[in-house]
Amino acid sequence: MHEEPAIVVDHITRKFGTFTAVNDVSFNVKRGEIFGFLGPNGSGKSTLIRVLCGLLAPTSGAGKLNGLNVVDDIETIRQTIGYMAQGFTLYDDLTAKENITFYGMVYGLFRNRLKDRTDAVVDLVGIEDYMDRQAGALSGGWKRRLALACALLHEPTIIFLDEPTAGIDPVARRELWDLLFELADQDVTLFVTTHYMDEAERCTRVGYIYMSNLIALGTPSELKQIPEVRPPGTRRFEVDAQDITRVHGIFKRWEPVRDSTIFGATVHALVEETLDAEGIRKQLRTNGIEARLVREIEPTLEDVFVTLTRYHEARDEERMVS
Amino acid sequence: MFRGFRAIIYKEFIHMRRDPITIFVALVIPLIQLIIFGYAVDMDVKNIPTVICDQDRTAESRALPSSFENTGYFHVLYEVENPDDVYSRLRSGEAKIGIIIPPGFGDDRFASTPTQAQVLIDGSDITVANQALNIANAIGLRVSLTERARQIGVENPDEQMPLEILPRLLFNPTMKSANFMVPGLIGVLLWIVTVFLTAVAIVREREKGTIEQLFVTPLAKLAFIVGKLMPFAILGMIESAVVLLASRYFFGIPINGSVILLAFLIVPYLLTGLMVGLVISTIATNQAQALQFSAMTMLPSVILSGFMFPRASMPFIIYVLSFFVPLTHFLEIVRGIILRGAMWADLWDETLILVGFFSFFLTVAVKRFKKQLG
Repeated sequence: MHEEPAIVVDHITRKFGTFTAVNDVSFNVKRGEIFGFLGPNGSGKSTLIRVLCGLLAPTSGAGKLNGLNVVDDIETIRQTIGYMAQGFTLYDDLTAKENITFYGMVYGLFRNRLKDRTDAVVDLVGIEDYMDRQAGALSGGWKRRLALACALLHEPTIIFLDEPTAGIDPVARRELWDLLFELADQDVTLFVTTHYMDEAERCTRVGYIYMSNLIALGTPSELKQIPEVRPPGTRRFEVDAQDITRVHGIFKRWEPVRDSTIFGATVHALVEETLDAEGIRKQLRTNGIEARLVREIEPTLEDVFVTLTRYHEARDEERMVS
Repeated sequence: MFRGFRAIIYKEFIHMRRDPITIFVALVIPLIQLIIFGYAVDMDVKNIPTVICDQDRTAESRALPSSFENTGYFHVLYEVENPDDVYSRLRSGEAKIGIIIPPGFGDDRFASTPTQAQVLIDGSDITVANQALNIANAIGLRVSLTERARQIGVENPDEQMPLEILPRLLFNPTMKSANFMVPGLIGVLLWIVTVFLTAVAIVREREKGTIEQLFVTPLAKLAFIVGKLMPFAILGMIESAVVLLASRYFFGIPINGSVILLAFLIVPYLLTGLMVGLVISTIATNQAQALQFSAMTMLPSVILSGFMFPRASMPFIIYVLSFFVPLTHFLEIVRGIILRGAMWADLWDETLILVGFFSFFLTVAVKRFKKQLG
């Protein structure tokens, strides 16, 4: 049986004047998936979300949510989608409870139904202790939970979350993700943008947008296998040493190293298949560096995106030159 | 069409309760303006400081300054010896009027030979200058006429003028500026509440992103607009009532027409202001811009409408432009009802023009206001 995708993005382009914010992007998201939408700042993530939510009209192409067109059927769609914008977009001077009541009324919930749904979302996000506090006085994590509660009141089947975890502490971040998994279990489709690679790893599928173009799409493990990330005849090593900046510098000038990137306290290097850990140690030793750790690793999603970004940057430059 | 209207009203009511400063400002500003325009901006000129240089020092020469003082418009503050001192008093601003009586003035008057006295007027203050000029001429004319009449043997010439004009001032018999300014103030204040507050309130939602969150909901556009404008419409009506009460009981300006008619005819003007605010909110991208755009509408309203300066004295082009200022027409209505006791039959045309303005701005606002960003 063929089930219709929850979200269909069909060759969507959105321009602002001469600037193309989203360029011919296409993909589908299945029901119950957590779709991670990644990309650098200004790459077009928020623009695509806004097009799908009916906040911006696509310049060309079409979007479908639950089989309904995001331009023609937007008023019907609005009843079935939830949206958590970037930043806090509820009313600071209203209490948590008042914000929830307000959004409930906007969605046409009154009396018992409003009370039931309020209880349900408050219970889900666990905000009962803060219900009488003005939203502006809540901490970042509680603001997100409140925003999520408001976005869930009308039992949407698709929820768009634009950087839901930006600027909140790691514990709150983890708890919010637990909530998202709980929702996905209830067959709610989640469309999430994020900067955090650990969050991307937890998504069912991931899309990576760079300079307005979608350049990668797949499950995290699929993406780690793509040829640009893992060219034939190469291996990937992680190196830990006292002075990783120097290690990085040495790798940059060393023939068998194709690519080197600093990840926190370690260096990830893409090297010729013929090179092994001992070879790397030796090379570093001749430069007076004793490596604490050299081990072969699978590429992480961050490797994937860094590699893809560089690959496309190089290609853009080539195009500019020719 | 009105989906979510109750929600917006619910929220706006809480906003108001949590932010009493806005309401306070919205009600206190009118009172301050009322005092400024009702008291400070007094166009009636009285007690103009006057300097006298009497070089003659006779009974006749002393009679002239007192005839000036007796009008009530002049107050002799200084008497100087030298005509040059008169000029320096005027230049320093200590006096606005200087009267110089040359030597031999008394002899000439006694002998009934034509004589002269010089009146120097500070022309930098036009209102004072005009008034002083008119009164000085009138005094000269009156003294001369009486003199001539006496010469041809008229007894009690003051009582037997061949033609006497009997002026009767209607509608503002005491010629008080406040009577003219205060009713007009209702129009100015309504413009502030509707245009400024509406534009800023909606742009604030846009700026904070709260509007973005609202626009993904099934909330009806009309419900948002009407719900958002309603509080300011109510505030505008309350403000009008406050100004009206103050003008009646504090400034003692009688309301000669029907208050109910006024309440009805305020509506098209109020709605025009709200729509202008709404249009501004679709153009401005932040609150500072909204304020600037609103302020831009304020200046023509105050200057061109006839609120302060009579339209009749405007150059033709400006006069034509002033027709396109909504306040121009509302002033006709509000001054008409309060001062002249005008009725519907006198005001329907101005009302119709205001309805026209409202329809125009409504169309523009509806066209421009979308449940979308950018």
